[in-house]
Amino acid sequence: MSTSSHVAPPTTSAETLKPLCQQAFKHMVRARVLEDKLASLYRAGGRIVGGVYVGRGQEALSAALTVHLTKGKDLYAGLIRDQAGKMAFGESILDATRTYLGSVLGPMRGRDGNIHRGRPREGMPAMISHLGTMVSVIGGMLLSRRLQGTIGDCVGATCIGDGGTSTGAFHEAVNLAAIEKLPMVISVANNLYAYSTPNNRSFACDSLVDRAKGYGIEGYAVDGTDLPACVETFRHAVARARAGHGPQMVVGTFLRLSGHGEHDDASYIPEEVKNSPQGRDCLPLSEQKLIERGWFTKEEVQELYDNAKDEADKAIAKSSSEPLPDPYKESWNALASPLLVEE
Amino acid sequence: MSLTYLEAIREAQYEALRRDPRVFIYGQDIGKFGGAFKATKHLDSEFPGRVIDAPISEDAMVGTAIGAAIEGSRPIIEMQFADFSSVGFNQIVNQAATQFWRTNVPCPIVIRLPSGGTAGSGPFHSQSMESIYAHYPGLIILTPATVEDAYHMLLAAIDLDDPVIFCEHKFLYYHLKADSLPDATLPIGKARIARPGRHATVVAYSAMVHESIRAADELQQDGYQIEVVDLRSVKPIDTDTILASVARTGRLLCVGESFPWGGVTAEVIARVVADGFHLLDAPPQRLNAKDTPIPYHPNLWKAHRPTAASIGAELRKLLKF
Ligand SMILES: Cc1ncc(C[n+]2csc(CCOP(=O)(O)OP(=O)(O)O)c2C)c(N)n1
Repeated sequence: MSTSSHVAPPTTSAETLKPLCQQAFKHMVRARVLEDKLASLYRAGGRIVGGVYVGRGQEALSAALTVHLTKGKDLYAGLIRDQAGKMAFGESILDATRTYLGSVLGPMRGRDGNIHRGRPREGMPAMISHLGTMVSVIGGMLLSRRLQGTIGDCVGATCIGDGGTSTGAFHEAVNLAAIEKLPMVISVANNLYAYSTPNNRSFACDSLVDRAKGYGIEGYAVDGTDLPACVETFRHAVARARAGHGPQMVVGTFLRLSGHGEHDDASYIPEEVKNSPQGRDCLPLSEQKLIERGWFTKEEVQELYDNAKDEADKAIAKSSSEPLPDPYKESWNALASPLLVEE
Repeated sequence: MSLTYLEAIREAQYEALRRDPRVFIYGQDIGKFGGAFKATKHLDSEFPGRVIDAPISEDAMVGTAIGAAIEGSRPIIEMQFADFSSVGFNQIVNQAATQFWRTNVPCPIVIRLPSGGTAGSGPFHSQSMESIYAHYPGLIILTPATVEDAYHMLLAAIDLDDPVIFCEHKFLYYHLKADSLPDATLPIGKARIARPGRHATVVAYSAMVHESIRAADELQQDGYQIEVVDLRSVKPIDTDTILASVARTGRLLCVGESFPWGGVTAEVIARVVADGFHLLDAPPQRLNAKDTPIPYHPNLWKAHRPTAASIGAELRKLLKF
């Protein structure tokens, strides 16, 4: 395998791909349905504090990564638009709605919101806003396991957008992971825009995959609207990482089908980009592909949507009725060492 | 046995590596080379695989430590110079400092910052960063001034479940010696009366404790007894010990080697004015480095940071008030 490989060899049998694609598609639907509901709650006003950031159009790439990971064994740092990936990794829908709605029963207890959630002890560090910073955190988690002799064949996956690949944090961390030959999979979601900034103002190389070569790691390009291709590519990359071939970078390309957040109407995206092949929506496209292959019937897909709606409604209703943080009951203490807390 | 401040830091790391398999050290040139200041000399051969050379990537070094801490390790990061921690600033103040508060998962990392000035080091190898990090909730900032504290406070820092910024002073590396180490020092968060007195209090930390003691020795010849309080840790800060000292002396000068704007000295003065205004017989004063980048030539450098002479002059003004 040369380090400049751009397309993963299509070696996966239909038997293997089928359950993985079915899995991934199910979580794509769940993510889309949940995020549509959160977005409309946001627009209705009053219930959601802060912004809503959705992954519309990114679900295929996102879920295709984590169907190859096992919660409790592997590590996963999903980013802004990785609702589908988080769900496929096993994040409960309640963790998402509780965080958006500020419930104290959520993993962030009202202390942090929307996409900034995680359960670090369960292999899902909670992202901070600063882009690029989670790559080295996953690297450190892997390094620690290696030092403690508990790493086994686990893989740590981390996500970044096209914009985030310009940060120093990203470059430092990928380089470090390459030096240490960590079993890391780096998913680069090139959705063509960083907030309003198009690719040509974010980087000057032809393809972000070219960067892999610079770090001495293996890199692959994939059409991010094509679910079976994404699953196939990540299957290869995750297997390579597990087998000790060091960090793997997968760059998926597609268009972000929304604004940066629900506050942004994305009027800066020209019509011709929206109408280009990259502007296709991975969700109906995947549905069509899976039905064509006989991996789902129309009825089964409908059932997935119905179940997802039910699940999302229940989670939102439950989270909405839960206690909100109370400033009088809050421990205003940022330290884990209670003896060192100042009055 | 005689031990320098630098050797105490090395010994503390040796002890931590020896007694706790979760500890590892990560930093530039710390392996075979033993570190730019030799604070990790021989540790690599004694603990193979646990004293790891890092690329020049301070952001990723701190991020790596945070990830490792989440997974149960207790990493020590050596910054080659405190100054370069600014490249890892984001990970320190946004990722490490917020980790426990946001997620309820502790972040036990220690970041060693070789701090402060030595003659000829110039603007980028002489800075003191304690004030900057102390500004952020979720971090503990230690500033040991003695060989004993360098040893015991580093060990205590490694045991703490919070991110610790360990500001060790480069000037003290070779200048301080102790004949032996006591079994323990004061706990973290407690200040120490480094020299008792009754006419004025100097609150200082790190290398400035020694300059302040020299100034106090000089003023003794004129019959003044100056009390010197060594903060030891700037966060948490031991306001009680400071106020008790001011209650004895009625006068306060706070000395720090970092830049004058805001910072530890301002914090001490603010606390004393707020909580102990009635104890004061004179307006409290502070003395810091000058408000310029740190100069290279020793002639300039000696005038740039507080010294026994400038502290003494400031004290004389304060005593006359
Ligand atoms: C270091 C940093 N600078 C700026 C921001 C503000 N910001 C949040 S998202 C974003 C755009 C990110 O673009 P990209 O990485 O391509 O991801 P996408 O939102 O397209 O998925 C910006 C500028 C940030 N979060 N972090």
